[in-house]
Amino acid sequence: MITLEMLPRHVRGVRVEDVTRWVALAWVQPEQGPAGWLFREIDVARVRLLVELHDDMDLAEDALPIVLSLLDQLYDARRQMLALRGALEAVPAEAREAVLRALPP
Amino acid sequence: MTDPYQTLGVAKDASADDIRRAYRKLAKKHHPDLNPGNKVAEDTFKAVSSANDLLSDPEKRARFDRGEIDAAGDPRPERASYRSYADAAGGRHYGGGQAGMGDIFSDLFSQSFERENRPMRGRDAAYTLSVDFTDAITGTQQRLSLPDGRTLDVRVPAGMESGQTLRLRGQGSEGANSGPAGDALITVTVLPHRFFRRDGNDIHLDLPVTLKEAVLGARVTIPTVTGSVAMTIPGRSDTGKILRLRGRGVPALGSRPAGDQLVTLTVVLPDTDDALESFLREWAPATETNPREGMTEAS
Repeated sequence: MITLEMLPRHVRGVRVEDVTRWVALAWVQPEQGPAGWLFREIDVARVRLLVELHDDMDLAEDALPIVLSLLDQLYDARRQMLALRGALEAVPAEAREAVLRALPP
Repeated sequence: MTDPYQTLGVAKDASADDIRRAYRKLAKKHHPDLNPGNKVAEDTFKAVSSANDLLSDPEKRARFDRGEIDAAGDPRPERASYRSYADAAGGRHYGGGQAGMGDIFSDLFSQSFERENRPMRGRDAAYTLSVDFTDAITGTQQRLSLPDGRTLDVRVPAGMESGQTLRLRGQGSEGANSGPAGDALITVTVLPHRFFRRDGNDIHLDLPVTLKEAVLGARVTIPTVTGSVAMTIPGRSDTGKILRLRGRGVPALGSRPAGDQLVTLTVVLPDTDDALESFLREWAPATETNPREGMTEAS
């Protein structure tokens, strides 16, 4: 896990003051360590995505919470679909085929 | 190789602003984290990004225009995308909190449609907390800042181990229809220490000693998790000898007795010591011994 000070080495073009604001807004949720925030891999990847949305794509900061909320819902749905696929793989082939037949073409 | 101007859809004499605008427009549409699972979007984004890398750098663009470099440019390093984490179980960290199948499937398994108005307990909220090694041994109080701005004072009991979870009743999400609030579940990570190691309720410490201390014995001050103590090293103590400090390990709690601190000696020779070397040249051991006796065959 990496600290706030180490972030610029992992995310090109990131500004520490932006990340501080994003954590305060709970857009990024690092772990609370004894000496400050600790960013997991998923937190670092999320900071990188935010930098790309904000800087490369020039999205207004006002629009970012909507984008993040929709993205989080999209990935919720994807994890649920992946879980459902895992569950389908575990049931007998007959039941699986019945479900697949019931799906719209 | 495709033409980067064509990839971005701009003219050969496009201005830097035109290029930036074209790139932004395409990046918004094709960014792979916004199109998870869409291979076409991912490949398009790669092409668009490398075209932008080339054309947004005036020097590279000029060299490309003069035909000195081709459109391949430098290969972009593969980087871990957000979606690879968001798709995995850990992505729930940023999820809407639906652990299961959510509203779409919930009716499928429910026998009653009245549940919507029933008092429902709030969800448990999961947090993680890192604690220093010695704090985890002796117990501590630590403040946790929550994403919603609240703070929780978390009492970490003495002897907490990495991966154990504390439950703070009623500190999770609020309940619905006057139901009780959920709990806060705090998983503790104990950070490693520079020289202490934990094994069950005992603390291990590797202690460097000088040759003189090892042969003649000495009284030394050594660190424990609760502060420094004096310890006697008996004479003729070799590397690997283990000394036990009773009750200096993980403190007693409830029915659990206190652990010990186990100190393993390591003899450290001085860097250069002419006196020691000349003494050893002259020294005739009282009994010649071969410590490698019995190591004759590699069996």
